[in-house]
Amino acid sequence: MSDSAKYDVACTSSGVDRKGKFGSIGSAAKAGICHSFSADGRCISLLKVLLTNVCIYDCQYCINRVSNDTLRVAFTPQELAELTINFYRRNYIEGLFLSSGVIKSPNYTTEQLIKALELLRKVYNFNGYIHVKAIPGADSELITRLGLLADRMSVNIELPSQESLKLLAPNKTKESILRPMGLISAKIQENCTDLVKYRHASKFVPAGQSTQLIVGATPDTDHKILTLTEGLYRKYHLKRVFFSAYMPISENSLLPSRDTKPPLLREHRLYQADWLLRFYGFEAKELLDEQNPNFNLQVDPKCNWALNHLDIFPLEINKAPYEMLLRVPGIGVTSAQRILSARRNGALDFSGLKKIGVVLKRAQYFVTCKGKVLEGLKITSDGTIRSLMADQYKLPSQFPEQLSFFTEPLVKREDVQQCLTGQI
Amino acid sequence: MPDGTDIVYAYDGSFEGLMCCVFASYEFKEIPSLIRPPSDQQTLFDTAKWIETDEHKADRVYNSIPMKISSLAQDLVKLGFLTCVPNKELLILHFLRLGFKHGGKVMTMLTDDIVCSLQKAVQHLTSESHKFKGFVRFSVYGEVLVAVIEPKNYVLPLLSPHFCDRYRSERFMIYDKTHRMALIYQSKKAELISVDELTLPEIDSAEVEYRRLWKQFFKTIAIEDRINPRCQRTLMPKRYWGQMTELNEKDAFARWQVAETGTGTRLSGTEVCTRDPLSTYRISK
Repeated sequence: MSDSAKYDVACTSSGVDRKGKFGSIGSAAKAGICHSFSADGRCISLLKVLLTNVCIYDCQYCINRVSNDTLRVAFTPQELAELTINFYRRNYIEGLFLSSGVIKSPNYTTEQLIKALELLRKVYNFNGYIHVKAIPGADSELITRLGLLADRMSVNIELPSQESLKLLAPNKTKESILRPMGLISAKIQENCTDLVKYRHASKFVPAGQSTQLIVGATPDTDHKILTLTEGLYRKYHLKRVFFSAYMPISENSLLPSRDTKPPLLREHRLYQADWLLRFYGFEAKELLDEQNPNFNLQVDPKCNWALNHLDIFPLEINKAPYEMLLRVPGIGVTSAQRILSARRNGALDFSGLKKIGVVLKRAQYFVTCKGKVLEGLKITSDGTIRSLMADQYKLPSQFPEQLSFFTEPLVKREDVQQCLTGQI
Repeated sequence: MPDGTDIVYAYDGSFEGLMCCVFASYEFKEIPSLIRPPSDQQTLFDTAKWIETDEHKADRVYNSIPMKISSLAQDLVKLGFLTCVPNKELLILHFLRLGFKHGGKVMTMLTDDIVCSLQKAVQHLTSESHKFKGFVRFSVYGEVLVAVIEPKNYVLPLLSPHFCDRYRSERFMIYDKTHRMALIYQSKKAELISVDELTLPEIDSAEVEYRRLWKQFFKTIAIEDRINPRCQRTLMPKRYWGQMTELNEKDAFARWQVAETGTGTRLSGTEVCTRDPLSTYRISK
């Protein structure tokens, strides 16, 4: 069953802190915990399964579509609960990620999910993390009940535009996906005020909601995807938007052919940009526009931005405000914060920067210390570009090594910043 | 002040002992070139000064840290003592001397070599302990959960609150093979005790089955087109693999070698660590 669920990217167990209780098993850690890493380098944190792979829908990109000839099976709620508890006791997992094909109708499917989670929470007293998929098209009342049992809920958008949806997922509409998303978001808000009023109000998806977009199945540009992502963070207060490079799993004239390589590097660039939106104070329109609708695969988005704004560089490390420090390639959230506290004790020089954790190889072109550039460095915009690019060329592009950055654990670590240092 | 290359302190290896070394360094107005825990080998002409552990002196030093430096510095020192950095004692002494001189400001002196090294060591400790929150693998023996780990740093004190909270109604043991210590939790109480060797009984069929299921899940979840062993090893270095169910190449029945000394590892009413699996093996043959 996991075989069908593996294409869901999300595996974070973060966003909620919950203490254990006597008589029940489990707790949740705000930072999230990775329990293992699969051979593809992705974090395994949750037991990721489908309740059933039976599905009445016919989304072309999905292996469980009704027209695909595959063996159909289902878990009973007991089997699922036993498996979860036993994996959890052995510390294999942080919790459960439950999704499902649409069996009979969205409402029926949601009821099945509720049944399974109720058994797990109330009979097996499971107090660990649960991430559940909301089924587009289910009644609000059911989605609300489901949300009270889970820590995080997600609705996958998958295709970034209405046209693509119509073509590849004929049973879904933009409306049917965004409605539950809006509902969840509204419920979370409402629940926040309830919690203020009544301390014992039950929590509705305390870890928020997330979604996933497929990259490379349709001609949608990075600009479109990133703008949509930004909109989702702002409008629906999503905790995460995940990207998934399209794996050709079926032959279909509407989709890229089977021997197309998944656009891993493009996915990587989107994640980098996603970080820039969430932690670095960038806006989507600063990174891409109509004229340049796709990311430069040679240079990361932050470097790219810096190279296009050479007029504001170099920055003086000992004076620049935090927001500007964040914009320097080679300086991440942690090192920017450390620069702020360290420079209170006196002016910083380049060797100090290195100790703090700044990646000088990148930052050297964009900063000065006490008014001086790094010794032996010649700055011409042309030279800068060339040396930064040269750096990239050393790595065979499209090759996995470069991609280790976007995997889950980085998302989950308490000090997200640590992972960021020097990587973007 | 003699900044002697020849002064060596020897202490009993406890945190209080180290605090007393700090006390002594101020009392005798000297900075040792080495502070030696008891496990280290003595040299032939050993002239180390033995520093006796005195609770009163230790308390004086320890309590003065939040007052004269900051409580953050106190935490850093406490954690620093659990790290595996070479000569951690000396590093802590230098850090404290720096702290008593500069006050709370020392925590932001990030470009200082001593502050930087201590913070890096602690970072290594906390990130390793965070990893173990996920990488610890329990096996079920009757009613008891047992896990074995081989960390570089002494992470058990940091893991204790996490696992005791999570498995409140369970009884479990985590054995640290590197430091020969075990965290034992039962009837709502956690204890850290020293255990020289650990012998585990054979696992039952349910355990075998869940290990198999977990291995299968682990294999299935990887997407073939994205196989990336280098990325996997970066995030989960091979040194952790030995004790992880899904990566352990050895047969599930592989046993740890025998002999138990230690100070009372018996979990009441169970057979954990009390039965020699080899003898059972012989009988069944």
